[in-house]
Amino acid sequence: MKKLFGVKEVVAAGIGTAIFVALTQVQIPIAFIPNTSLQPRTALLAFFAAIFGPVVGGVIGLLGHALGDAIAYGSVWWSWVFPEALLGIVIGLFSSKFQIKEGGFKGKQVILFNIVQIAANALAWALLAPGLDILIYSEPVNKVFVQGMIAMISNIIVVGILGTLIGVAYTQIGAKAHSLTKED
Amino acid sequence: MSRVLSYVEKDTWIHRLSGVTKLVFFLLWSITSMVSYDTRVLAVMLVLSVVIFKASKTSWKQVGSVFKFIMFFLCLNVLAIYIFSPEQGVKIYGTKHVLVSLAGNYDLTKEQLFYELNVILKYFTVIPAVLMFIVTTDPSEFAASLNKIGVSYYIGYAVAIALRYIPDVQDDYAKIKRAQEARGIEMSKKAKFMDRVKSIAAIIFPLIFSSMDRIDVVSNAMQLRGFGKNRRRTWYSAKPLKKNDWVALTFTVIFCVGAFIITFINGSRFYNPFV
Repeated sequence: MKKLFGVKEVVAAGIGTAIFVALTQVQIPIAFIPNTSLQPRTALLAFFAAIFGPVVGGVIGLLGHALGDAIAYGSVWWSWVFPEALLGIVIGLFSSKFQIKEGGFKGKQVILFNIVQIAANALAWALLAPGLDILIYSEPVNKVFVQGMIAMISNIIVVGILGTLIGVAYTQIGAKAHSLTKED
Repeated sequence: MSRVLSYVEKDTWIHRLSGVTKLVFFLLWSITSMVSYDTRVLAVMLVLSVVIFKASKTSWKQVGSVFKFIMFFLCLNVLAIYIFSPEQGVKIYGTKHVLVSLAGNYDLTKEQLFYELNVILKYFTVIPAVLMFIVTTDPSEFAASLNKIGVSYYIGYAVAIALRYIPDVQDDYAKIKRAQEARGIEMSKKAKFMDRVKSIAAIIFPLIFSSMDRIDVVSNAMQLRGFGKNRRRTWYSAKPLKKNDWVALTFTVIFCVGAFIITFINGSRFYNPFV
């Protein structure tokens, strides 16, 4: 029985957060809408969540986003921190199905991964983030939904391309560890 | 990677406070400024923020570039609010005082300006608190404080590891980037959009895979030392709460409760000078 949050998960959450924070500054800005850009760090979050499960995904999303924003921008936009955590948790919930570490991340699993990430991104950025923006910050409704939609689309693209590719590449390396068969 | 805030050791009363105190202050402070749209409360918080910030003896050099960056985003955000919703202020305050008539519903109104002033004030009340928290709190003490306020030490340790490894990962990132540049991959802003995506992938792949190895190494080392065997652990860098901590904590709690009462006493989060 694998523990949901054992020693390995503690370290994965910690180092995952560190990478997430470091990648905060790696962005490809899109157009005019403030605070939205193609963020490779989301792909990293999806990848870690898919391997280590919901707790690690949630911790990296929450801590990584809050810490990354605080260190790089000097302010924490809480209504976008929680959606990031939700994204990590939702993708993490299906982690046992993806079999990335076991070397089985291809075909059906890749499709499942993308269905889950699209649903999770939609839930996080098109629903939760604008909702919290309105609730917490009383921002104009149409502005936050436009921001949310752009964040959703850009994150789906980033996770869909970069996240999938990282997963596929890692599953080929990881497979070595499990290529031994048990002798009867 | 110069534009990053980090802890700097100094000797002021704020540095001497326990991490628990600063964490509680930071959380309560940002929640209050998040919730309140009461201009009077925000103005007082702004003054206090600046005073506390001054007391922490943080130099402009430490935070200047980050601060400029925030200002840039602040301007974008304020502009975007006006472009997407020029009548937000009118909707909130219920009256309409037109200052300059413009096409469509883009009339410049007092209410809109006042609402945007509040948005700006909110930014300015939180920024000094965040900056101060980061530059005055020792990372490992921060992890200990998390554990002290009831967060599981597993999470506390994850935070400690994250803070410990951020500089390492940034180092790795810079090294990989230079190596890829040496191989002739264009990393600057001159490259086309798709090329930039590809070049970023060329850094992220090695970065993540080397980090996966690092996770194995670190977690094996921790397992060998018996991490997670007991329900509790002690912290080398934890500071006990002293008199000053209690004073600061009491002040923070009283102030935030007061701010909430003043904000909500007239039935909404907004202070309305127009009626």
